[in-house]
Amino acid sequence: MERVADSQRTLYPYVTGTSVVAIKYKDGILMAADMGGSYGSTLRYKSVERIKPIGKHSLLGASGEISDFQEILRYLDELILYDNMWDDGNSLGPKEVHNYLTRVMYNRRNKFNPLWNALVLGGIKNGQKYLGMVNMIGINFEDNHVATGLGNHLTRPILRDEWHENLTFEEGVKLLEKCMRVLLYRDRSAVNKIQISKITDEGATLFPPFSLKTYWEFSSFKNPTAGAEGSW
Amino acid sequence: MTKKHANWSPYDNNGGSCVAIAGADYCVIAADTRMSTGYNILTRDYSKISQLADKAVMASSGFQADVKALQKALSAKHLIYQHQHNKQMSCPAMAQLLSNTLYYKRFFPYYAFNVLGGLDNEGKGCVFTYDAVGSYERVGYSAQGSGSTLIIPFLDNQLKSPSPLLLPAKDAVTPLSETEAIDLVKTVFASATERDIYTGDKVEIVILNASGMRREYMELRKD
Repeated sequence: MERVADSQRTLYPYVTGTSVVAIKYKDGILMAADMGGSYGSTLRYKSVERIKPIGKHSLLGASGEISDFQEILRYLDELILYDNMWDDGNSLGPKEVHNYLTRVMYNRRNKFNPLWNALVLGGIKNGQKYLGMVNMIGINFEDNHVATGLGNHLTRPILRDEWHENLTFEEGVKLLEKCMRVLLYRDRSAVNKIQISKITDEGATLFPPFSLKTYWEFSSFKNPTAGAEGSW
Repeated sequence: MTKKHANWSPYDNNGGSCVAIAGADYCVIAADTRMSTGYNILTRDYSKISQLADKAVMASSGFQADVKALQKALSAKHLIYQHQHNKQMSCPAMAQLLSNTLYYKRFFPYYAFNVLGGLDNEGKGCVFTYDAVGSYERVGYSAQGSGSTLIIPFLDNQLKSPSPLLLPAKDAVTPLSETEAIDLVKTVFASATERDIYTGDKVEIVILNASGMRREYMELRKD
């Protein structure tokens, strides 16, 4: 067993981002993530952009190690640039980018040197919507709605209940806000500074960060042990 | 005391069950479409079945990323085979190729549990069943994956295949008709879904016979 000090591999993550939630809607894909960057349980950074547009047709969201995500962004920049240099009018769509990410992540796990992320890739090209996920060991799939980390536990049941093919933009944002609110209440590393972004055939839009309205005045929030017999 | 931190494993078990039944002139290959990790369901609609050649279909469960890599390796090798021989690979040939491909990674295995079904050169149904490192056997029917412990004894009971020790060797193909075999597959998946949490959502059934390939789906319990 190699010593941690000698290691050139990521043995555990340092600065991490929490859940990403994304859905298909009528005109494309909507994606949401908060802007927290945790150093263990310390909230170290508060303005980390964890959703980025990739090429002309895709959005990439990441949870997990922030530096590995930034490395992945460098890989993708190079990929898009070299593809662009053919100057043949073709461009990589979300399906191609997702497949590329899938191979990068799996390849790194094969070298026992993983990129410590769960990635969400959404996009639309020629009216074809696409939404998929990859994680640090290369597990990948497509679905109508996806969520990483605690989001898979807390928000996918909501999405399975309420998601449908013809969500309008307003309904989609409302649904994502509902998911992010649940995460904010229940995920200790979630912060109340959230970014939502959309991608349609017209291109990607990253909306400015916003906060969710919260309500903490429930009596059992203020005094959680009241009525619990035998507790102080 | 050292700090306890997040750790990782290069493997995961994404669950799922695969079944194949060979008949005199057909083969049925089936797998559920649930993909799980631990107590989580990742997606309810993921196909575990891959068509490797005209007459060779593989159903695989285990670790999804390895399964995907295995499918890609096999289809790349099959493409080269087509260029070199100008024909589709036979099912028994694909069976040997699958075994070699798995054994090639003997010391960092593909965590994949496969059944390969198809038609042999005489048009007879054939089923090959594997372990993760490539040992394989031709059988009349088989099940692999998380629900296999529930499915195999049921198939044994219903199909009563002749012992492989009999001399002269008896054909391992099942005596069922094609429709009976499809019904049996639906029954075993409905049953496995009752007790195996990693099996459910939907079963995808591929039927191969002289007239080609056909697909059927049946909904399963989603809990």
